[in-house]
Amino acid sequence: MKTFSFQGMTRRAFAGTALAAMTALATPLAAQETVKIGLIASLSGPSSKSGEAITRGMLLAIEEINAGGGLLGKPVELIRRDDEGNPGKGLTAARELVQREGVAVLFGGLQTPVSLALVPYMNQSQKPFMGPWAAGTPITKNGAEENFIFRVSAVDEMVDIALVERAMTVHGAKNPGMMLINNPWGESNEKGLTVALEAAGLPTAGIERVEANDIDVVPQLTRLKEAGADAIFMVANVGPSAQVMKSLERMGWDVPVVSHWGPAGGRFSELAGPRASDVEMIQTFTFSGNDSPKAAATLDALKAMFPEITGPADVTPAVGIANAYDAMHLTAMAIRNAGSLDGPAIRQGYYDIETHEGLIKTYENPFTPDDQDALGPEDYVFTRFIEGEIIPIE
Amino acid sequence: MIASTLITGLALGSMYGLMALGFHITYAVSKTVNFSQGSSMMFGAVMGYTFMVTLGFPFWIGIPAALACCAVLGLVVERVLVRPFAARGSDAWLMATVAGGIVLDNVVLFTFGKEPRSLPSPFTESAIEILGTGAYPLQLIIPVVGLSIAMALTLITTRTKLGKAMLASVQRPEAARLTGVNTQAVIATSFAISAVLAGIAGLLIAPLFNVSSGMGLIFGIKAFAAAIIGGISSAWGVMIAGILYGCIEALTTAYIGSSYTQIVSFSLVILVLVTVPNGLFGRADLKKV
Repeated sequence: MKTFSFQGMTRRAFAGTALAAMTALATPLAAQETVKIGLIASLSGPSSKSGEAITRGMLLAIEEINAGGGLLGKPVELIRRDDEGNPGKGLTAARELVQREGVAVLFGGLQTPVSLALVPYMNQSQKPFMGPWAAGTPITKNGAEENFIFRVSAVDEMVDIALVERAMTVHGAKNPGMMLINNPWGESNEKGLTVALEAAGLPTAGIERVEANDIDVVPQLTRLKEAGADAIFMVANVGPSAQVMKSLERMGWDVPVVSHWGPAGGRFSELAGPRASDVEMIQTFTFSGNDSPKAAATLDALKAMFPEITGPADVTPAVGIANAYDAMHLTAMAIRNAGSLDGPAIRQGYYDIETHEGLIKTYENPFTPDDQDALGPEDYVFTRFIEGEIIPIE
Repeated sequence: MIASTLITGLALGSMYGLMALGFHITYAVSKTVNFSQGSSMMFGAVMGYTFMVTLGFPFWIGIPAALACCAVLGLVVERVLVRPFAARGSDAWLMATVAGGIVLDNVVLFTFGKEPRSLPSPFTESAIEILGTGAYPLQLIIPVVGLSIAMALTLITTRTKLGKAMLASVQRPEAARLTGVNTQAVIATSFAISAVLAGIAGLLIAPLFNVSSGMGLIFGIKAFAAAIIGGISSAWGVMIAGILYGCIEALTTAYIGSSYTQIVSFSLVILVLVTVPNGLFGRADLKKV
């Protein structure tokens, strides 16, 4: 039997063959037939509904982009990976999507800890990262000399100012307490709320932590109650937020709860019981009570694309869809501005965006090197869960 | 504050104790434990949700059906993940049961769904006032169930033929076999009972918490801690240690602060292991050399 051997090859022939092989291996990345956009988010677990909302927003935008001819003459393709809310898994997925799949831009990090784990890697690899959800302040304000991290979402330090303002003006709070999830997102908001309370000249009744698997939060709430808390700032995801509300119900403590947007990410109404509708929760967008033509057109397009959507109640959390939808269109503009899939060029492309009529608002110069967050406090709206639907409130 | 904290601690601790009883019973009979006890707890809650909410069965059918599923799970764990390794004197059952739990969690994730669900109960519909604080009736029922089961287990092991067979199976396996005791069946039964106890814990805690594929992991770890603190060879010991553990967790949160709860409670486990290696109520095994 004849077998192949390198022994008969000259050095030049071997070098030529090796070069050809390397070129062939490199070709799929350099000349791939689609523009790949990556998404890393919680697609399983308690926050999976948020991950699905981001997916829907991106898919709708990608369909519109592809209907308009795609980007750089190629169709856009979405590649998703589940981080399960785990920073380690998120980082592994980011490496895979950037190095093996060659994504042009990476979206994701539903949770702040996951995003914070990805930030150094994305800046190091000079690939733009777009955050459509996680609100941790240090995600975009990360101190990197060349910052590749952009966001179309709320920002903790600004949300915290809005939460304090609402507790003071609407509920007359003079001694509010904090219930914060015991992770970097909670820490980010502890700093933000402390600064906002100091600026408002208010003390805090106390700072308590809730774990993701806490069954009963009565001991923490009792400490706040005994310290004279007259309002509670809640920063936690769906599960622990639901446990806080159940514990309040059990205690019979009728205290205003002003919340970050964590409860919006899942079956909060079902899990939190009768007190679910008491939570006043910040959002950047709702379909309910929104009479803009763009919102109506987008809802119709969502219904056509996802038959399971029949009305505003089926697009919870709307904020995930809206943020991701606008972020994807802004990313498409950045890639068009760049004229290539080169990371630094796309980064500059974000800075070169002048105007975009989005779903949440009309963006005017949304990104600058000094401010890589497209949304600000003027875009925030307070809401409640009413019969499973997120409804804006005064 | 003390009343509400103790009610919280009693309910949580009784649940840890119930699961710890599952560790105790298999250890007492076979010197092995099912490290996927947390997954068995989750399985009980998930099957309860499936029978009572998804399929709409009444509770008097749904609960026994869910516990029967747990019993079958326990038998499968013993037959597939423990017996093949224990039979050849290997300790690989330890890793096998951990792996089995991870597999079960993921199977449930893909079949039951990604999102946590709420399991309604008539005992969590409204709070009642007791000792000046609010409590769900279920929080008071859990300790009663836990202590009753601990008492029943003690009576079974000391007063019944099955219990004596169970003890004989581990103390003198050869002699037990010669006297007609089917030691393998006794060990398999202990794993079934262990999984049923975890399932009861899952069904009791689900209305206070939620039902999801990942709900059992942290409870399984804390229950094992309770089993070690109490002394895994003592039924009453693990139950009392579970209650103590739950109360210490709640008291730490209430009086020191929630940031210190895990530090204090797990430091306590280390302290007990160092000072009383066989647990508070356990006895050292005698080995003839």
